[in-house]
Amino acid sequence: MAPADTTTRVPLDGPVAGVPEAVARRPPVAAVGPIAWARANLFSSWISTAVTLLLAYLIARAAIAFAEWAVVNAIWQVPGNQTQACREVKGIGACWAVVTEKHRFILFGTYPYEEHWRPALVILIFVALYAVSAMRRFWRQELVLVWAGALTLIGILMWGGDSAPRLLPQPWEQLLALALLAGAGFAHVRGWINVAWPAAALVFALLAWAGPVLGLSYVPQERWGGLPITLILATFGLAFAFPLAILVALGRRSGLPAIKTLCVLYVELIRGVPLISLLFMASVMFPLFLPEGMNIDKLLRAQIAIILFAGAYLAEVVRGGLQALPRGQYEAADALGLTYWQKTGLIILPQALRLVIPPLVNTFIGFFKDTSLVLIIGIFDLLTAGKTAIVEPAWQGFGVEVYIFVGVIYFLFCFAMSKYSQNLEAELNRHRRR
Amino acid sequence: MSDATIERHRPRVPPRRPLRLSWSDERVRGAVWQALVVGVVAAILWWLIRNTAHNLEVRRIATGFGFLWREAGLPIGEHLIDYAPTDTYARALLVGVLNTLKVAVVGIVLATLLGTAIGIARLSRNWLLARIASVYVEVIRDLPLLLQLLFWYTILQNLPGPRQALNPVDGVFLSNRGLKLPWIEWEAAHGAALLALAAGAAGTWLYARRARARQMADGQPRRVWPAGLVLMLGLPVAVWAAMGAPWTVDRPALRGFNFQGGLTVSPEYFALLVGLVTYTAGFIAEIVRAGILSVGQGQWEAAQALGLRHGQVLRLIVLPQALRVIVPPMTSQYLNLTKNSSLAVAIGYQDIVSIANTTLNQTGQAIEGIAIIMAVYLTISLSISAFMNWYNARIALVER
Repeated sequence: MAPADTTTRVPLDGPVAGVPEAVARRPPVAAVGPIAWARANLFSSWISTAVTLLLAYLIARAAIAFAEWAVVNAIWQVPGNQTQACREVKGIGACWAVVTEKHRFILFGTYPYEEHWRPALVILIFVALYAVSAMRRFWRQELVLVWAGALTLIGILMWGGDSAPRLLPQPWEQLLALALLAGAGFAHVRGWINVAWPAAALVFALLAWAGPVLGLSYVPQERWGGLPITLILATFGLAFAFPLAILVALGRRSGLPAIKTLCVLYVELIRGVPLISLLFMASVMFPLFLPEGMNIDKLLRAQIAIILFAGAYLAEVVRGGLQALPRGQYEAADALGLTYWQKTGLIILPQALRLVIPPLVNTFIGFFKDTSLVLIIGIFDLLTAGKTAIVEPAWQGFGVEVYIFVGVIYFLFCFAMSKYSQNLEAELNRHRRR
Repeated sequence: MSDATIERHRPRVPPRRPLRLSWSDERVRGAVWQALVVGVVAAILWWLIRNTAHNLEVRRIATGFGFLWREAGLPIGEHLIDYAPTDTYARALLVGVLNTLKVAVVGIVLATLLGTAIGIARLSRNWLLARIASVYVEVIRDLPLLLQLLFWYTILQNLPGPRQALNPVDGVFLSNRGLKLPWIEWEAAHGAALLALAAGAAGTWLYARRARARQMADGQPRRVWPAGLVLMLGLPVAVWAAMGAPWTVDRPALRGFNFQGGLTVSPEYFALLVGLVTYTAGFIAEIVRAGILSVGQGQWEAAQALGLRHGQVLRLIVLPQALRVIVPPMTSQYLNLTKNSSLAVAIGYQDIVSIANTTLNQTGQAIEGIAIIMAVYLTISLSISAFMNWYNARIALVER
């Protein structure tokens, strides 16, 4: 029994067979807290440490230089176009005076000064429209009503009373339009008619009633400019391109060879050429296409080019959604005996579009940015207004400041959309995550 | 090979019913709808063409491409081939196409390098580096490209003149006249060396193919790089040395009000290139990041378990799988960069759009001018996508 005895008498501070010798270990370094985080993420190895230090140094230098230029040495205001002070600090300080002086021009173009509240209100309506459309709880048919009303109201505000076609100048006729609207709304609420009818009635009532009653002065389209033009081009472009895109995407998937060929040709031709060539076509070739005497204004021509362009790209996104939908959905709809349009409208599109919402938003961002290309054919959007603001001799050479201002505006819109798209994607994919 | 041996299950096609001339027959309906759509499209086209023909007649514009052989009389600052204003419009347009290709090819190469670097930086374990890369991507992608181009061009114009030019490295000058770089004086020997390099690259490729075929036969891996080094470095150097090894560096120097000698990068080209590269790199970075993330961690672990070294894992296992995800969206970025180079017209770089636009303003041949622009871009787009489709098919997963 001696061996057994030895094994039981193990000295407590000695080594144990099978167990590695207990080394006096240091207490663990903090695994949580800012220091641990910095060790893991900034100084994990010597190379990481070197990169961190180098980048920190460069960022600090750039930040100090930028702060000196943009804040410390900057000039915020000059008395009446006297840019002498700005010229003196050129290169070492920013001349924000150009933005202070020209911001109205950059935002609203040559719109009459005392009427600037109208384009400002239009910008607010656009932002509100985007915000409402972004909320999932408003994703229902009635959104069509909101869009129809908002876009008509925007037209009335921009053009003014005299221009809004006075379809119904008599007060009793305006009352009739309102009654029509109320009736259509009621019928829709009771589920008798489709939402399209109240939408049409709303547009009709607004056209008949709002312009004359508000008593707005007429502003011709040539005087519009700045941010409203950018928003109009982007919003109207997408509002019209989207239905076109759906039709083309359906056509490209259809079994009818002639329709399929037409759709493929359209999509591939448009996607193969730059937007500029389409805009050039709109500005120099459209007048040749139309019969003599008929003329459509420049903004509308550019708008048509943008719609055609956006339609081709959106069609490909929508087609992605149609292809991603399982075959079973199509077959089940056929088995129920639905017609093609019932199948498409009730079964296929609601699911297919939901699948492609994130890429759709990304495409929207792309088009919002691409509207700036109308600068090349001389339409007065936000970027053109910014570029024109510094043509005046007194303000020449302060382009960087103006472009930063314009860039911030574009960035706010695009950044909001891209963050929204990311959140939406996460939300729509929530059921897939565990 | 497997297709022949495995009997495929094919659903049997139901027998065709005889055609009934009734609306309830889906084939009749299809034919009617197609006839209707084609008819409407044809009618619209006919209407447009008739209007156009009438308008051209009224304005006394002769159609046709005859104007191409007339004297252009338009000055072009940058040309890769000899050009003078007395040359024809056709040659001016060719110069424009080459200028477009010049910016597109260089831009694609640089944007791929920068975008890949930023995409990898976004995945870095260093928080600061990853953060900077993602801020870059966010900011650059949320600003219109045209705005960025105008911004860069304004910055270049605001640079000091040649006399106070920035001189970061000896021999390199940056001023409002553009970028000046030292360059070697080009001689026949350099051209021959370039040809030798091309021949060496082709030789290396053939050698690599044979080495691979023999590895397939006997399982022994063979080194390719020594032969590659000899063929692609040794051969050009030998050719160059045999022809007298000429090496004269042409340094830019300030004479009077401007620089003489050296290689000039015009401010327009420089602004366009910087704008296109930084913008497209933001998109490429996201594609590269998504591609790398798409390769599962298990692939890394399995490859390491097989005893492959880190470089081999990357080259043989991860990259081929990541490329499969990367290539299709990368193709569309290359196409975008090429199409976006048409924005050159806004800052005065004379690419095909700019020259065709001047041509159509001078001659009034609007339709032909725009047709030329569209034909050029369609050709470039279709060539790039054909090449990338071929490449994509080569690296695609071979499934049964």
